[in-house]
Order: sequence, then structure tokens, then C-alpha cells
Amino acid sequence: MSKKEWPLWEVFIRGQHGLNHRHVGSLHAPDAEMAINHARDVYTRRREGVSIWVVPSKDITASSPSEKGPLFDPAESKTYRHPTFFDIPDEVGKM
Amino acid sequence: MYAQLVKSEGLKSREDMSPEERDFQDRVDNGEKIEPKDWMPEGYRKTLIRQIGQHAHSEIVGQLPEGNWITRAPTLERKAILLAKVQDEAGHGLYLYSAAETLGVSRDELLEKLHSGKMKYSSIFNYPTLNWADIGAVGWLVDGAAIMNQVPLQRTSFGPYSRAMIRICKEESFHQRQGYAIMMKMAAGTPEQKDMAQDALNRFWFPSLMMFGPSDKDSVHSAQSMAWKIKMNTNDELRQKFVNETVPQADYLGLKVPDDKLAWNEDKQGYDFSEPDWSEFFEVIKGNGPCNRERLNARVKAWDDGAWFREGLNAYADKAADRRKAAAVAAE
Amino acid sequence: MSGAQTTDAELKADPFMNDDAIRAAFFEWLCRMGDNALILGHRTSEWCGHGPVLEEDIALANTALDLIGHTQMWLGLAGEVEGKGRDADDLAYLRDAMKFHNLLLVELPKGDMAVTIMREFLFDAYHHLLLKWLAEHSTSPRVAEIAAKALKEVSYHLDRASDIVVRLGDGTEESHRRMQEALELLWPYTGEMFAGDNVDAALSGAGIAPELTGLQGLWDEDVRSILDEATLKTPEPGGYAHLGGKQGRHTEHLGFILAEMQFLQRAYPGASW
Ligand SMILES: [Fe+2]
Ligand SMILES: [Fe+2]
Ligand SMILES: [Fe+2]
Repeated sequence: MSKKEWPLWEVFIRGQHGLNHRHVGSLHAPDAEMAINHARDVYTRRREGVSIWVVPSKDITASSPSEKGPLFDPAESKTYRHPTFFDIPDEVGKM
Repeated sequence: MYAQLVKSEGLKSREDMSPEERDFQDRVDNGEKIEPKDWMPEGYRKTLIRQIGQHAHSEIVGQLPEGNWITRAPTLERKAILLAKVQDEAGHGLYLYSAAETLGVSRDELLEKLHSGKMKYSSIFNYPTLNWADIGAVGWLVDGAAIMNQVPLQRTSFGPYSRAMIRICKEESFHQRQGYAIMMKMAAGTPEQKDMAQDALNRFWFPSLMMFGPSDKDSVHSAQSMAWKIKMNTNDELRQKFVNETVPQADYLGLKVPDDKLAWNEDKQGYDFSEPDWSEFFEVIKGNGPCNRERLNARVKAWDDGAWFREGLNAYADKAADRRKAAAVAAE
Repeated sequence: MSGAQTTDAELKADPFMNDDAIRAAFFEWLCRMGDNALILGHRTSEWCGHGPVLEEDIALANTALDLIGHTQMWLGLAGEVEGKGRDADDLAYLRDAMKFHNLLLVELPKGDMAVTIMREFLFDAYHHLLLKWLAEHSTSPRVAEIAAKALKEVSYHLDRASDIVVRLGDGTEESHRRMQEALELLWPYTGEMFAGDNVDAALSGAGIAPELTGLQGLWDEDVRSILDEATLKTPEPGGYAHLGGKQGRHTEHLGFILAEMQFLQRAYPGASW
């Protein structure tokens, strides 16, 4: 009997009024259909009106670090492309 | 903390660094995020796997002491809140395992290490939840202590870890509040309820202080982790901050923090307080806490009992893929 | 404490909220709806922290949370109909087993994942048909409103459970065997879903709830088609049926569920939590 691990999937979600699908995280599932159900349970808590994409993590091709300069540098000045999402103040999570 | 005793490398001086290492350190110092495909020192990768893994294990083992009361919650609303809270912890485990997986280790490998005792989880979850106020105390103190550590970790240098922490902190904010809400009800309730609340605080106070780990202000391991920005504060800093914030909250409840040495120190603008019993801490880490065996057994049993379920679903997925292939060939 | 707040206008619009002729049966029927949700939710919540894989642990907790929500709505309405000032918590925490009127099916121990998923599937297939009818046809606007809310969630429960039944039935030899065993264990408890009594007759007479026999044919079809796809053998229809839950005669299991669930409310009467 196979002891193999369920494959890893990357989950992308478009909210009700959202523009593009956004990467929200990963999960494990035996196939794409179950990955969609899991994504719904884990990442949307089943809010309606959302669209979910799942992609096998192994099928994602990422730019290699050496390409980093040319690919990303030109956009650096366009700050509107860099949501301040990650600069969450320390107060977050406080009571 | 959730990762209390993470072994790391000793701190390297700039002269001892290779050019790649120096480059890497500059990126970290500049506040750049390190992403999975970027070059990173092997020690950074290994330390992160240990730390994120321990953190993930703590989330899922942490489901158990609180899960213990889901079927006994005293109202339908409390039951729903507690279930949602414990479910969140499963989600936190999932996010963190995913972050660790970007470093080239699989979730099953990490679980295997938890089950065999090779990897640890936070000492706090080896304490029992004995009365309903414990559910309040865990949310208030344990999640409260965790938040102290997790909020700064949102700025950690490793991108996937930082993103997992941001997601977790968003969900975590309600955990501490729901715990404190239970404590408020209990502390203002019948004499029996107030006794339960005081009893819970008595038992969880020092174990909560232990969550930050022993003093590490002179530790070279911590110095390296802090240079790499995978540890953002010393254990003592966080413990002091936790005590400063928590004592007034206990006062508000009319409960007594079980420490006779507790006193406000005007000079340091913080409380003086007693150290927890570190020998107890090391016993718990070694496996001799009140619930170590139950906690680990419960996790191993869930995993072993679930093997046929996971394999059954795998087998179906394989068959379905074969059928799709066969149908495609037939259609040609 | 109870679910939806209702305006006087809505109350007036619901002809059954203050109708002495049907009050007792209506209250009783609402308790059955609430008790099914409460006890199945309780059993499902027992998996939290013990699921076979993290994703499933989280999914089961979602199901249990939905069921607790349904409990609050049904028992809340039951308390209003009864008119004695009891709220959903009073009904959940202060009735003894013989006053609980859930199906025997939902109180059986959670067993392994095969029993848990198979039970959810068999119950959801019924629950879904029932809620759909109530949402579309009930002459009680309050009932229709709750049913419509619950239906959205139960549709997902049914899809999810059906999918897993098919997968595990047609998975490995072991998963197939466990699912077949679970099916045979649970099957004799499914007959109670369609065994009507005078409460059911009163409610269907008033158009609040459907004729249960009318649902049975649809249930048989839906269940059989999924079980066929799962390569599982559907037991013969018309076999022995364990009855009594709806009338308060339970298995030994319910007493232990309540002992656990009601412990704090019983040990500290009148305390507020
Ligand atoms: Fe936690
Ligand atoms: Fe957490
Ligand atoms: Fe938490």
C-alpha cells in the first residue's frame, strides 16, 4: 500500500469584489477536485461568491534568483504596485 | 515561545563570512525578504525548519488541551466560539507547515519527527485543562503570550514565514479576546466561578512565563537568529512585556497573580517578578510534564488511525487519473 | 440567546407562532430539527484535533460549526413557539434524554472516519431533501426562513460527504471494506427518518412540513446512485428499522453525550457563562 504524501497545491482566490486571483497559501489534497474543497474549507470558510484556483505546486515555475535584477528592478519606482500589506503595525493582534 | 529551544549556529562575524553570506546578511539588514529560491546559508535554512516546524507542531498539539472542552462548553455560543478557535489553530499549523515546506522538507517528514519525539512543541501544551476557566486562561495567557512573539515575527526575514505570521496574527486577535471574555464572566460570576478563575490563573501563570524560554541574553544561538531576523526579541524582553501587559488585566478581573514578589518598579517602568521554576520547565521538555504522554499519543493515534483514509483517497485519485487517461486515448 | 430576531409584522405573518391547536406538535417537531443538528454537531466536533489529516480536521469543524448554528435557530424558534420563556440554551442544556427527540442515527458513536462520513452522507441526503422542501413549500415563514439559511450549508455538506463516500468506496480494499461495514452498521437506523408519527402528521396536515413518505423515494434514489458509484452494495430496502429516538426512547449513548454536554449547567445551576 502506498504511503505517499498527498501532493501540495497552491491556492488562489478571487473575492466577491476582487480583481485578480490572489495567492493565499497552500494545502495538501489527493487531486484537484479535493484541493478545491479543501481550499474552500481552509481558506474561505465557505463564503460564497468566490472563485478558487488550485495549481499543483510542482507545476509552478518560478523565476530564478539570477533573473531577479532585470525582471523586478524596473517596477521598483512604481510604489503603487507594492501594497503596504506587509508593513503591519505592531499593534496588530494586541487586545 | 512556540519554538522555545531552537538550536542555531553560533553568531558569525562579518570577517568570517563568505561573500555570499555577506551579501545575504546585507539583504536581511536592509529589510529585504528572503524567498525560497534565493541563496541562503545552510544554517539559516536548517534553523528555520526547526523553528517553523516546532511552531507548527505547537499549533496542532495546542488543539488538544482546549479541544478537551469543546463537548463540555456551557452554552451553544461558547461551544461555537471554542470550536472555531481550536479550528483556527489547525489552520495555523497548516500555514506554518506550508511555510516550512518551501524550505525543502515535507509535512509528513515533519510529522514523523514530531511523532518519534525528535522534534518538540511548546511546553505549555503539556499542562492539563481542568476546569472551564482554564479555557479562558489559555486564550488570555497562552494566546496572549504567543501573540507577543508572533506580532514581531510578521517582520521576520523569511518571506513565507512572515506571510504565514501575518495571516495567523489576523486570526489570533480574537483568540485572546474570547479567552479574556470568559475570564470576565467567571471572575464576576458566582463564588464557585471566581474560584475556578483564580485556580486557572494560579496554574497557568508560571507555565505561561515559561513559554518565552529561559533567559537567552548571553546566548550565541539567539544572537545568530536575531542577526538573521528569525528571532526578533530576546526571551527576557518578551517575558517582561507580557508581564507588564498582563498584570493590569488580572487586576481588572480582581484576580491575584500568584507571585508574592510581583511589584511595580518605577525605575525600569515595568514589574519585578519571580522567575518560573526552570527545573520544572526542563522536566516538561524532557517528557515529564503532566500531559506529555497523552498529547503525543493522541497525535500519533490520529495519524495512524487516519492512514487508511489518506491512502484510500490517494488510491481513488490515481484510479481516476488513469481512467481519464484511458478515456483520452480512446477518444483519439 | 436564540437565533433570528423577529419583528411583530413577521410574527403576525406566521400563522403558527401563536396557534394553540398546533403548538405542542410544532414545538415537538422543532425540537426534533434542533436536536438532530445539536447531537450530530456534537459527534462531529469530537474529531477536532483528532482528524486523519489537517485539511479534514478543519472541514469537519466547519460542518460541526454549521450544525451548532442550525441548533441555535431551530431550538430558538422552538422556545418561542412554546412560549414559556425557554431559549435555545435552556432546551439544549436542561432537558434530559427522554425529552430529546433526535434520530437514533445521529447519536451513535463517531466510530472511524468511515462511520462518520457514511452517517453524514445518509443523514445529509435526508436533511437536504427536507430543508429544500421546507424552504420552498413550508406554510410557516419562520420555518422556511431557517430552512433556506441551513440549506446553503447542508448542500455543501452533502456534496462533500457524497464525494468522499465515492472516493473511499472506490479507493483501496481496506477503505472499501470499512465503508461497506459502516453502511451496514448504519442502514437499520435510516428507516427512522421516514417513520412518521402523529407529530409529523399534524405538521404535514398544516403544510408546515412535508409528508415523510414522499421524501423516501427521492432519498432512496439519491443514496443508491452515490453508493453505486462508490462500488458499495446498497442493503435491501425494507429491512429492520430501529425506532424511538423521535419519541425520546434512545440508545445508551445519548445519556453519556448529555452527561458531558450538560455537566457545567447541571453542576452550577443558574450561573451565567
Ligand atoms: Fe496558538
Ligand atoms: Fe495559533
Ligand atoms: Fe491562538
